[in-house]
Amino acid sequence: MKKTTLYDVIAPVMIGPSSSHTAGAVRLGLLARNIYKNTPKKVIFKLYNSYAHTGKGHGTEKGLLAGVLGLKVDDRQIKDIFNSDIAKTLEYKFEYCDNFKYHPNAVDMTFIGDNSKMFISGESVGAGEIAIRKINDFTVKLTGKYNTVLIVYKDMPGMLSQVTSTMQYHNINIASLFCDRNAKGKQASMVISVDGELTPDIISTIEEIPNVYFVSYIEKLEN
Amino acid sequence: METNINTFEQLKKECIERGKEIYEVAQENMAINSDLKVEQVRAHANRSLFAMKEAIQVGLVSKELSMSGMCGQDCHRIQERFKEQPALFGGTFEKILKYALATSEENIRMGRIVACPTAGSCGILPAAMLSVAEDCDCSIEAQLNALITAGEIGRIVAAKVALAGAVAGCQAECGVASSMAAAAVCQLRGGSINQILNASALALKNILGLTCDPVAGLVEVPCVKRNPFLAVHAITAVELALAGVESKIPFDEVVDAMEQTGAMMSPTLKESSQAGLATTKTGLEVQKRVFG
Repeated sequence: MKKTTLYDVIAPVMIGPSSSHTAGAVRLGLLARNIYKNTPKKVIFKLYNSYAHTGKGHGTEKGLLAGVLGLKVDDRQIKDIFNSDIAKTLEYKFEYCDNFKYHPNAVDMTFIGDNSKMFISGESVGAGEIAIRKINDFTVKLTGKYNTVLIVYKDMPGMLSQVTSTMQYHNINIASLFCDRNAKGKQASMVISVDGELTPDIISTIEEIPNVYFVSYIEKLEN
Repeated sequence: METNINTFEQLKKECIERGKEIYEVAQENMAINSDLKVEQVRAHANRSLFAMKEAIQVGLVSKELSMSGMCGQDCHRIQERFKEQPALFGGTFEKILKYALATSEENIRMGRIVACPTAGSCGILPAAMLSVAEDCDCSIEAQLNALITAGEIGRIVAAKVALAGAVAGCQAECGVASSMAAAAVCQLRGGSINQILNASALALKNILGLTCDPVAGLVEVPCVKRNPFLAVHAITAVELALAGVESKIPFDEVVDAMEQTGAMMSPTLKESSQAGLATTKTGLEVQKRVFG
């Protein structure tokens, strides 16, 4: 069930003109940045459907780029981001396409670094709310509302309980949990959103669990 | 004590049982559900209040056009007109129109506003609430109480219907903004819990069915000018409610009707710009000019 809070209706303070096409775009960029962690060398944005068609009039491209560069939704630099100095630190490209299988306000972001490449797909679901639906090959659901940990591991019995017991040991309450796998016995992913924060030592304890391949701690968005 | 309130009936009951006003119940529940202190909830609301005032001040003096060139100078026009000839209904009415246009024009020129509940409807609540607050000398604390009251109204509507034109048409954006504005102004004017809920219900009830058919898919036509209209709409609801006029249909049922109407509304009229004003001869010409 969706949980709308007081803050969702009398906030955020944001750069206009559209909560879904501008603020939502900034937040998608910001959350993708939190997932990728480092500053990439290049980002390719592929805008779908309504984002592709009406994005220009709403500053959607500006918002996405500003978010990837770490600007918040209320930052006045968004308006002229293409001419700003911080935009010169990054190579970027926009592509546009129609695909009815995608959400009307969807974007695929490909982050390219020196030795790494990450694919992140997300959508702006309305009123500035967003959801990251895919990271590389894994289906996820990230809203940026909670601190979240993404764990990629070998699909086998007992992995979930090892991770959750670590959290229990540290008195961390799990707000939501989502698991997926690409094939039986191959790679699997879990996305766990928590109340409060996960400290670096909890993250490293999870990293040390046998058959865990990759752990990424994704901090929630501020607003 | 119930901290998970999803209907106006529950809200009313909770206010009576705790012996508290709507904003008090709202800020207490928000604090409990989000592990915050009440002061932190109010500080967050204060940040929005400050940004609303800033948007008005910036918007009142700007004449910059929107990206499409369709909007951006109506606030200037109306100020010039009021200098020569005051509005028929007095200074507060003038302020409401000016503030609503100032804010919504700031929005479309990529200025900073508060989505309340959405960006397209951002001028409605600030215009109604702050015009009345200024002219009735309401303190900052009283303004915060009003803003949090409005927030609780919007939150409960949103528990049932997503506040997005793409889901339920403009009734869920500007309509809900007007309903929230009515609650805020009624709170400022010392309305009772019943009067506040009636003001909100009346404002929403009288805008049911409003479609979302923006020209060229932009938050400009008819959105910008719809803001002053619906700010005034909220004041009508407040005056009626303060006189003891009640919504014959309870607020929760009005929201049910809005949800049903939204679900039955053609997708072509829900933020897709495939019908209505967007596909008029002129609407299509504008679209061609802006996007080629």
